[in-house]
Amino acid sequence: MHEQAAPRILAEQISEQSYLDRLRARNRRGKVGRTFFFSANIIALLALLTLIAHIFNQSMGLVVIRNTVEPSTISEQPLTELSEHELENLLVEQLGGRTRVVIRDRFSQVPAAEFTNTPLRDALSVSVPAEYQDLTINDVPPEGWAAILEANLSPDNMLDVVNEQIIQPTVITSWTLLDSIFQRGSIEAQAAEKYPDDTLQFRSWISWDFITSSISSSATTAGLRTALLGSFWIILITATTALIVGISAAIYLEEYASDKNPIARLIGINIRNLAAIPSVIYGMLGLAVFVRALGDFTSGAAFGITDTNGRTVMSAGLTLALLILPLLIVNAQEAIRAVPSSIREASYGLGATKWQTVSRQVLPAALPGILTGIILSLSRAIGETAPLLVVGASTFIGIDPNGPFSKFTVVPIQIFQWTADPKIVYRNVAAAAIILLLLVMIVMNGAAILIRSRLSRRY
Amino acid sequence: MAQEMSLGGLQRLPLAERIAAEQGRSEVGLNKRPRFAERAISAFLFLCGALSILTTVGFTLVLGSEAMRFFATTEWLNANKPVTTAISTSDTQLILKSSGTALNVGDTVRLGLEENGEHVRVLEVVDAQTIIVERGVDGTTATNHPAGTLLYYAAPVTLTKFLTDTKWAPQIGRFGIMELVVPTIVITLIAMAVSIPLGLGAAIYIGEYASTRVRNILKPVLEILAGIPTVVYGYFALTFVTPLLQAIFGQQVKVYNMASAGIVVGILITPTISSIAEDALSAVPRALREASYGLGATKLETVTKVLLPAALSGIMAAIILGFSRAVGETMIVLIASGAGPNLSVNPFDSAETMAGHIARISTGDLSFGSIDYNSVFAVGLTLFVMTLLLNFASTLITRRFREVYQ
Repeated sequence: MHEQAAPRILAEQISEQSYLDRLRARNRRGKVGRTFFFSANIIALLALLTLIAHIFNQSMGLVVIRNTVEPSTISEQPLTELSEHELENLLVEQLGGRTRVVIRDRFSQVPAAEFTNTPLRDALSVSVPAEYQDLTINDVPPEGWAAILEANLSPDNMLDVVNEQIIQPTVITSWTLLDSIFQRGSIEAQAAEKYPDDTLQFRSWISWDFITSSISSSATTAGLRTALLGSFWIILITATTALIVGISAAIYLEEYASDKNPIARLIGINIRNLAAIPSVIYGMLGLAVFVRALGDFTSGAAFGITDTNGRTVMSAGLTLALLILPLLIVNAQEAIRAVPSSIREASYGLGATKWQTVSRQVLPAALPGILTGIILSLSRAIGETAPLLVVGASTFIGIDPNGPFSKFTVVPIQIFQWTADPKIVYRNVAAAAIILLLLVMIVMNGAAILIRSRLSRRY
Repeated sequence: MAQEMSLGGLQRLPLAERIAAEQGRSEVGLNKRPRFAERAISAFLFLCGALSILTTVGFTLVLGSEAMRFFATTEWLNANKPVTTAISTSDTQLILKSSGTALNVGDTVRLGLEENGEHVRVLEVVDAQTIIVERGVDGTTATNHPAGTLLYYAAPVTLTKFLTDTKWAPQIGRFGIMELVVPTIVITLIAMAVSIPLGLGAAIYIGEYASTRVRNILKPVLEILAGIPTVVYGYFALTFVTPLLQAIFGQQVKVYNMASAGIVVGILITPTISSIAEDALSAVPRALREASYGLGATKLETVTKVLLPAALSGIMAAIILGFSRAVGETMIVLIASGAGPNLSVNPFDSAETMAGHIARISTGDLSFGSIDYNSVFAVGLTLFVMTLLLNFASTLITRRFREVYQ
């Protein structure tokens, strides 16, 4: 007995020792694993914060501005102290015949080719002094140009026109916000050395002017209005078509089709497959079907509008509607499925028909969920770029989109254009546009969360 | 009792009788009446559902027919080999400039720029300058041609050429899709290298380790990442990640490169992978975790040896779905990885993916029926088939390998 016990104790001691070692090692590995999994989240968080910080960093900062014409060489007083009348005279005096181009770009409502031979009464979208109404722009004397401008521009607008057309300030170089704050001294020294005649000033690329001015060929005056209007019209078309079809499809799949119906099952699988198709392919479908095959309808030619081809707001809106349909249907299906069947049965028990049950009981109960899904889908549509590039967004349009048959550009496409511009300064403009786009999306998603938490009922 | 029950079913309600009397009917019709409005509504709802099938059919038809047109085109390319002496209708010997594309016996060559100009077939190649031809083949007629008439040779698009050629330049008759496929795969692999560890790590931490409070902070971060428009990611890749890579790896990193696009695509698909993987993990029954802890396993051992194998099908599906999103991602690669096909596997080189190529070529006024238009649809069909196969694989894996728990 005694001889046998000794090695057993030894074995136990050894194994206990190694057991403890192994336990410690296992726990260590456990901690390393935990740290790894945690850091994955931290990296994701850092990526998000860096992205947002980077965009803010680009959206404002010091810039060097060079004026094509120095204000002091054309006026003795500072421009801001001149009256509107003086500004007008200055404009006509400096621009000469080009004043007519300013009038055309600002107020024309006819195609550029017809502008010079259309009486001003029809050519301009604004009021024209009575004596010039029947003349074409080329027959109006210079004092008439000034009169037209004076009748339609506020003094502030007048100053903008003078700045834009004569002074033409251009940004030569720009710095990021962080550099502008922490290395201001060296930037000032550098600017004074390299650009002695130009002004160094702080500029926020986001401003009210940025939102309200149209696309421009200069970074300082470029604005987002055209693109915002384009986005608005497209989303309007997308929303109206996708809502009707999407909610109807969801009702059919959840309420009307039985689980064993092979067609319904095929539709269900198909919808999930559609959700995985790259958006750029939807653009190709839109190009071939809406722009090309249905060109008469989407260009408005069928309704008597002839100056566009099929690359219109209508085609873009319908393409995006197809794109968000799968997302919308799946979301609406979930919302409808969440309505307890006791509500349906109670309704049937009272003698309601199927449609009465669906329209008066199920849909109102599922509404918050459906609304949330709609908002999320539309917010995705607002950020889409690739399919609209393929459908044929215009890169530069002078006239604001004003209906389903206009040419269009949208905010993400403007961001793309500005980002891809060889002039680095446009990256600041793109950053400003990104902030606005993200703001719109935050507002929409916030609304979705609010609706979900406020209106949803628990059963 | 039983009698009462059966009577209850037949008993006519006084109200129903009154309605029947008012409508001039002698008894209440308990039979199902046809309701046309209900039928119409039901039919409309079905049509809306069927629209999705129509969309799929549309995809197949549109991409298929346009791509067929592409494969049916014969491009006529300048051989840079003009005839040096004038040719009359009866000449069968052509004297050509010796440089340019070499011709072989049996080639069909077009004389002149016109679409329906005279075709001749090469019967014999005497030397680099002289060929004997059969005049007026393919139903064309032999005509006179002045000296300096250009020679065009036919470059039909074939599937073999499409899959094996290494250059994509439709304008000069090179249709090698590989030059677009290879960069697509390089960028996708970089994206997967970023997103698999990030996505799975995030899913495991959120699902298994995090307290409710931490989870409520971390999950929205991933949701926000998923909601940012891709054009914003593209901006980030070009103006932040590329300069960062240049600062680390030096001048070998081009301004447009696959690495920065790949990394940012990886960040973009991380939420996709993490949310599906998290669902898969949470579907593993609690009993399995408890059993593992009961045997003395640490949390990490439980995760790697019990949960991951149990949720494998869902995790594979998540990864394949992420892969398919990366393959089809457009704006990031269009902005950050360059404009122009390039057969390169060096991540610091610029190159163009299939989706990026489609978007770049389609921007602006692409004229219908041009070689660019048709070739873009061939690329689109390839991309469509690839993503469909990946999606199909993901569904299959989920079905085949799903562990079913009660």
